[in-house]
Amino acid sequence: MAELIKVGMADYKVGRNPASLISYGLGSCVGIAMFDSVAKVGGLAHIMLPDSTQARSADNVAKFADTALPAMLNEIIKLGAVKSRITAKIAGGAQMFTFTNTTDIMRVGERNAEAVRLVLKKLEVRLLAEDTGGNYGRTVELKLDTGIFRVKTIDKGEKEL
Amino acid sequence: MKLSSLQLDALREIGNVGAGNAATALSQIINNKIDMTVPEVSILPLGEVPEVVGGPDAMVAGVYLRVFGPAPGSILFLLPRESAFYLVDMLMGRKQGETQLLNSMDESALMEIGNILAGAYLNALSYFTKLTLLPSIPALAIDMAGAILSVILIQLGQVGDHALVIETEFTTDNDGVKGHFFLIPDPGSLSTILAAIGVKE
Repeated sequence: MAELIKVGMADYKVGRNPASLISYGLGSCVGIAMFDSVAKVGGLAHIMLPDSTQARSADNVAKFADTALPAMLNEIIKLGAVKSRITAKIAGGAQMFTFTNTTDIMRVGERNAEAVRLVLKKLEVRLLAEDTGGNYGRTVELKLDTGIFRVKTIDKGEKEL
Repeated sequence: MKLSSLQLDALREIGNVGAGNAATALSQIINNKIDMTVPEVSILPLGEVPEVVGGPDAMVAGVYLRVFGPAPGSILFLLPRESAFYLVDMLMGRKQGETQLLNSMDESALMEIGNILAGAYLNALSYFTKLTLLPSIPALAIDMAGAILSVILIQLGQVGDHALVIETEFTTDNDGVKGHFFLIPDPGSLSTILAAIGVKE
């Protein structure tokens, strides 16, 4: 049985084949998987907020898109990945509750996904696939033998990116 | 964030009366006795909050309301999906186990329950604090606990890494319905509430 590494909210973990990385119950948060298909190492981040410069407390780098992704990328490279081979897949960024007067804080899922795309572009990591938006939660799993990113939902089925 | 034992006691007492009011209201609606626990007042790392209700992938129904006024915050009424279905059975006069999917009428009924419970809870909180606190209209989601809680945790995440959670668990007499009632004050609201009840240092 391959090792299953759990990634909590506002955290990231890296690992190598044959382990899998899993994060449960993403709502407006975004899960970002990075993978090097040759070295078969990768990482999974579970970010909560788009931007550390807008926050009053930025002690935990894993909480924000702009700080979590560069940190995780570095650790994956330390495990033997080559920067130019690393690709990304993302999921999450839902809006769980709908109110009639949707304020900015309610749209945080959308803003999270947008921030993640932007940071990946800046880091020059290619975004291969994504499953974002909607109004439902997701559990995501990155398999480090194949790079398959599995997205499970309660009643919207399961897909592999 | 640190609280003295006096402050914790005061918050627990507010939670107790608030949840007591809410439980009485629910008990009258479903005509069933309800037991509740003494509220837990805890300061948890954000990532650990979903563990309170069985982990981030537990399937739950959540009714969410914002609290407006001088001490804004969030109220979340969370119950396991089966409990929510059973509660709907009782509200709609169906046999236990009949509800397997919620139609829009069922959803309104659950939101109305959330509304009534939040109102009962906030009444107690307003009485203690002399602050006018009003609930927003309720919103409902049936999904993973982590996904539902993320809505509140993200708001707290902008200013810190911990959540103050006042949580009560309640159970109907026949164990058919279990639920959790959360009051999570916004970061600035805690000191307003503590000052209003006279236990601010």
